[in-house]
Amino acid sequence: MAILDAIVGWKTLPFGCHVLEPGNSARFRTGDWRSQRPSTDREKCIKCGMCWIFCPDMAYRQTPEGYFEADMEYCKGCGICANECPKDAITMSPEEE
Amino acid sequence: MAKRVGIEVSIAVAEAVRLADVDVVPAYPITPQTHIVEHLSEFVANGELDAEFIPVESEHAAMSCCCGSSAAGARTFTSSSSQGLSLMSEILYHPGPMRLPIVMVVANRALAAPISIWNDHQDIMVQRDIGWIQTFAENGQDAFDLTLHAFRVAEDRRVSLPMIVNIDGFTLSHVIEPIEILSKEEVGRFLPPFKPRFRLDTKKPISIGPVGVPEVYTEAKVAHNEALKASKRVIVQAWKEFANLFGRQYNPVETYRSEDAEVILVTMGSISETAMTAVDAMRDAGQKVGLVRIRLWRPFPGPEFKKAIGKAGVLAVIDRCLPPGAVCGPVGAELRSLFYKVPGAPKIFSFVAGLGGRDVTVDRFKEIVEKARTYAKRRPVENYEVIGVREQ
Ligand code: SF4
Ligand code: SF4
Repeated sequence: MAILDAIVGWKTLPFGCHVLEPGNSARFRTGDWRSQRPSTDREKCIKCGMCWIFCPDMAYRQTPEGYFEADMEYCKGCGICANECPKDAITMSPEEE
Repeated sequence: MAKRVGIEVSIAVAEAVRLADVDVVPAYPITPQTHIVEHLSEFVANGELDAEFIPVESEHAAMSCCCGSSAAGARTFTSSSSQGLSLMSEILYHPGPMRLPIVMVVANRALAAPISIWNDHQDIMVQRDIGWIQTFAENGQDAFDLTLHAFRVAEDRRVSLPMIVNIDGFTLSHVIEPIEILSKEEVGRFLPPFKPRFRLDTKKPISIGPVGVPEVYTEAKVAHNEALKASKRVIVQAWKEFANLFGRQYNPVETYRSEDAEVILVTMGSISETAMTAVDAMRDAGQKVGLVRIRLWRPFPGPEFKKAIGKAGVLAVIDRCLPPGAVCGPVGAELRSLFYKVPGAPKIFSFVAGLGGRDVTVDRFKEIVEKARTYAKRRPVENYEVIGVREQ
């Protein structure tokens, strides 16, 4: 389950359902309902960073070699990166069960 | 020292808010609530009240502003009515589960169409399930006292919930009554300063009002509901303390000549005063008629209500709300469900009266009691009946 630490009973739920700990959204993984996933063909990639810029979920991270890789904990499979890549380096493929 | 003065009820409410030393008043004027916020804006303008008065562009903005200021830890008040309250509706659902103790006085008024500025309870019945504590005032003194009481209860850290005081539009809001206005010092003894359990603070960041994914939404709703139900203890306790300090006792359910009554009228708000006169007249004529007034509408005081009606076999419930297509008026429905399958339950008849400013007179109450008696002998009436409709 993606949001294990949020699963508590009503008595232990924070008062008013407030989020009392700043920055804890980093622990809130949101990529579990994706139906497609992007994959990058490094042969074609020119490391321009367009995918990183356009991803609405900030899923892309730059690798030490300068390539961009989507973090599947956050990717929603929207396909925007594949659409924006100037080199058609990104392919969307169906998520396996 | 408390002074008894002749004063318009709206102004008395504004006085109560001033005496509560409120911090923020976001407000939009709507009839018949206008005088309340007009007076508050004057108090702020002439320096009698050190508060932010925010003249917003709509009631939707007014309640949004209230949520923000309450979350920031400011004692917050607004007032609304009718279509304005409906325009607020989207935001009205937020402060309950978010536990923001906003206080609002609603000057109850009919809903269009046709357009009506006059009094009934349809505006608040639409907002029955917003999850606020709700009380109903019967007269000007109630309106003043209940407004102060609302701040005390809403802000109590065991409660921390928004609260509405309902006052009938015009019938109360625009009437001049003799009202005992408490002094600053007296109010100080009843209402402590607002100390929120949590507030927005850049030094200790928290988020108020986040998304509730399916895994937590139900729990958040239950937590709110339990808090609302549990607030009854604090409400009653604050009323007791108010009575000890100032001599006026309020109760979740109040009775009038109801001991040994066979038929009991059930009312909310200012028509209760006329109902008392009607009960006196019927008692003088030898009829065993009594009255039960619901003061606390949410959380609904079920056990107190059951106790209040004693052994009466017939309840004539008067709703000032016509629920189109429904089986029963909202108060009638609440009571029918309260008594569902309770052994020895009274027969409950639901009447709709006093819509859009139509007077509910002593004679109307007599007619209602008469009808309830007759129906009780015949068969249970499953629907509701609108009283005083012209057929031709
Ligand atoms: S598919 Fe959408 S969410 Fe996933 S990496 Fe590409 S742009 Fe981001
Ligand atoms: S947009 Fe395409 S070419 Fe540019 S970095 Fe991303 S994958 Fe490589």
